[in-house]
Amino acid sequence: MNEISNKWIGKNTVRPDGAEKVTGRAQYSSDTTMPGMIWGHVLRSPHPHAKIKSINTKKAEALDGVKAVITSKDIVDFPLDKPVILGIQDMRWMCRNVMARDKVLFHGHPLAAVAATTEAIAEEACKLIEVDYEILPWAIDIEDAIKPDAPILHDHIKFNDKPSNIAGTLEHKKGDIKEGFAKADIIIERDFKTEAVHQGYLETHSCLVSVAADGRATIWSSSQGQFMVRAMTSFLTGIPQSNIRAIPAEIGGGFGGKTIVYLEPLATVLSKKTGRPVKIVMNREDTMRASGPTSGSKSKIKIGATKDGKIVAAQGTYYLQAGAFPGSPIRGAVGCSLAPYDIPNAHTFGYDVVSNRCKVAAYRAPGAPIGAYGVECVLDEIAEALKICPLKLRKLNAAKEGTKAVHGPTYPTMGYMETLDAAINHPHYKSQLGKHQGRGVASGFWFNAGGESSAQLNITEDGNVVVTTGHPDIGGSRASIANITAELLGIHHDRVSVLIGDTATIGYSNLTGGSRVLFASAMVVTESAKIVIKQLKQRAAKIWGIDEEAIEWENGEARPAGDNAGNFDPLSLAELAGKATATGGPIGAGYQVNTEGAEGGFATHICDVEVDMDLGIVRVKKYTSIQDVGKAIHPDYVEGQLQGGCAQGIGWALSEEYIYNKQGHLDNTGFLDYRMPVCSDLPMLDTVLIEVPNPKHPQGVRGVGEVPLVPPLAAISNAVYQAIGKRSYSLPMSPPKVLKIIEGN
Amino acid sequence: MAKIQVSTKINNENVDYLCEPHDTMLDVLRNQLELTGSKESCGSGDCGSCSIILDGELVCSCLMLAAEAEGSKLETIEGMSEGGKLHALQQKFLEKAALQCGICTPGFLMASKALLDHNPSPTETEVRFWLAGNLCRCTGYDKIVKAVLEVADDMKESA
Repeated sequence: MNEISNKWIGKNTVRPDGAEKVTGRAQYSSDTTMPGMIWGHVLRSPHPHAKIKSINTKKAEALDGVKAVITSKDIVDFPLDKPVILGIQDMRWMCRNVMARDKVLFHGHPLAAVAATTEAIAEEACKLIEVDYEILPWAIDIEDAIKPDAPILHDHIKFNDKPSNIAGTLEHKKGDIKEGFAKADIIIERDFKTEAVHQGYLETHSCLVSVAADGRATIWSSSQGQFMVRAMTSFLTGIPQSNIRAIPAEIGGGFGGKTIVYLEPLATVLSKKTGRPVKIVMNREDTMRASGPTSGSKSKIKIGATKDGKIVAAQGTYYLQAGAFPGSPIRGAVGCSLAPYDIPNAHTFGYDVVSNRCKVAAYRAPGAPIGAYGVECVLDEIAEALKICPLKLRKLNAAKEGTKAVHGPTYPTMGYMETLDAAINHPHYKSQLGKHQGRGVASGFWFNAGGESSAQLNITEDGNVVVTTGHPDIGGSRASIANITAELLGIHHDRVSVLIGDTATIGYSNLTGGSRVLFASAMVVTESAKIVIKQLKQRAAKIWGIDEEAIEWENGEARPAGDNAGNFDPLSLAELAGKATATGGPIGAGYQVNTEGAEGGFATHICDVEVDMDLGIVRVKKYTSIQDVGKAIHPDYVEGQLQGGCAQGIGWALSEEYIYNKQGHLDNTGFLDYRMPVCSDLPMLDTVLIEVPNPKHPQGVRGVGEVPLVPPLAAISNAVYQAIGKRSYSLPMSPPKVLKIIEGN
Repeated sequence: MAKIQVSTKINNENVDYLCEPHDTMLDVLRNQLELTGSKESCGSGDCGSCSIILDGELVCSCLMLAAEAEGSKLETIEGMSEGGKLHALQQKFLEKAALQCGICTPGFLMASKALLDHNPSPTETEVRFWLAGNLCRCTGYDKIVKAVLEVADDMKESA
């Protein structure tokens, strides 16, 4: 990487999809229609836990305008005794999550769907479906789900040889924690609790599916992976993948929540049955009730340090809600919580707990914010007890190149220490605080991911460039891909168009998730560009009658590499494209690979809050996110990732929570009661981009999207403590809770 | 029940439509008139994704009945750019990366336009409270607020 030569990498260019988005023309999935289209609606369980004794759909089918009614009989069954894994999902759970089979397991669990000529008729018909339930006792919270006489959700799940709601465990060990704690001068152990929170994407789930008379299905939907939609729909409907074309509509936010299907298989079956295109749009209430969220948790953190601040042992035990089916993000909690530190003796252990809640879905660094919350709060207490600056305590124990992480790997070059130094030296950290104000800091880590990616780079006949990749763009990745392509080919950014292909037009590409998109896309685009440049040199060689090796590609032109190569005027991309037919045909190349080398990301956050001592309201006054981003290809959109993650963290810490009532129903399914931060809740969100290039990536890229949600929970908690002198060990720190803490109850 | 006939003006064009008494303005915009730039993210007036300007006032089109538009003038996102030229706010949102997924963007642009129509030189606090009816989950609002303030500044300079 030659910094000086960068014309486009690092520039805040206007995104290729921008004009459509600011004019309302961008097509999100619910904006799509088709001739002859009808509407679907889903019947959902009114109970948190019940046996389905019978479903009678006759009256619904008889309603004028109803075209089809489906139940679990219409969805492929995956027997419970044989796992069928797709990515991090298991089709045994997916088939039961999209349509309850023998039991409904949460309030809002789908159990039938109707297609009708209007949405209103489909909804009306759902009310005519007669279901005979045998209501079962339910368990919503972790404590209720793991007590000895808890109602069991899945009889076949065993823990210690007994039926249990503990569906799995995961642990990491390093050294000997007993010996470690024996060396400690100070040991602090605390219990923490967090509530389930929703990803909060503003676009609810929706899809339009057309199954043609030949059985071929076309799916338009907003998801984080068109190939995931194709695979899951294929599994759940039995239609081969080659007969499903999944077209990624623009996506209105996902944050992990759109990495599984809810509606696509149902609409596919309904379309197949009716011979009509079927559209289903989930409303906000059902989106809150029956999609997402991430786990609520309880955890116990114990950390021991010597009096000079060296951490000698750490232990974390985490229980995470999985919702109705196994699969909570314990890996993120157990693996990321201690990752920023070089700790000789450590043990982390996670429990995956099912209960009568909606199945959780990924949410930005799944599990990692929960893991970091407790650890970073306990570190704050240790720093205070030892009278050490909390950032200096972190520096004393910071992992660096060569450190063997608790979760296994040995770190390569990385910029965690740089984030701590930047925080210590930041004017924010040195600024004065006012009355009832407090400052907190915290760090965080996320693994980041590589995975399968495909690209196709074509030179148009007039010498411009069209790049197609396979990962849905949620936050501006097309802009970054355009920057990289322009840089590599040495042409103006405006000459590059970037598109997201559908499952029929681009090779397999893994989900938009794991902070992988730009990391992986850049790799396959770089390889494609290398092949294209080679082709361009070959064409110039043919025209000039010299060796290909005697040609160099510079500033968008082929030139003789030196005086010995001959004296020719440069050939531009446009000139070479114009002569393409005569010199060998179309110019373009694709590249597909399972990308590797996505190194982890680290961040350190500084947060100032002010607490209203009478009302218990916590207001964030100042916030600075400092992150090692590897290389910022498009700095504005990198900053945007930091700011957006930070805002979600503020919501998680202060105001967002799933509230279940005594009937096991989710009580706050709208944005009025599920309180995400609004514009007037937040200050400007400052960012510092530290660039320690990832040595395993051609442009030095590290994933940046998920780390920003890891530190805020603890940074804000630590700030609230500084403001009021008392600690909260549970989230959210909502006004009534904070008031109780202030009043000492 | 018979449908209601409504005559209105949307983005300076005369528009007549038939609607059910219970149809919301958003239903009609999206499902009848193919003006899908206004989005439904909540349907309860809490997110502002469906913001339109009705006779000069910012409203949530999901909270308005389509029948109420009789004789009114409506502005939607589709009418914000003129003759292929982006409105200053649209241009600034692009230049300042004030959008990520873009689903809230039409609502924010309509709300920001209504703000600057009412108050051409708002303070940061005024921008934040005016836009508090619009949810964005991607950006943390930082770049949106900065874009609106910059447009207000540009307007002052060019005035």
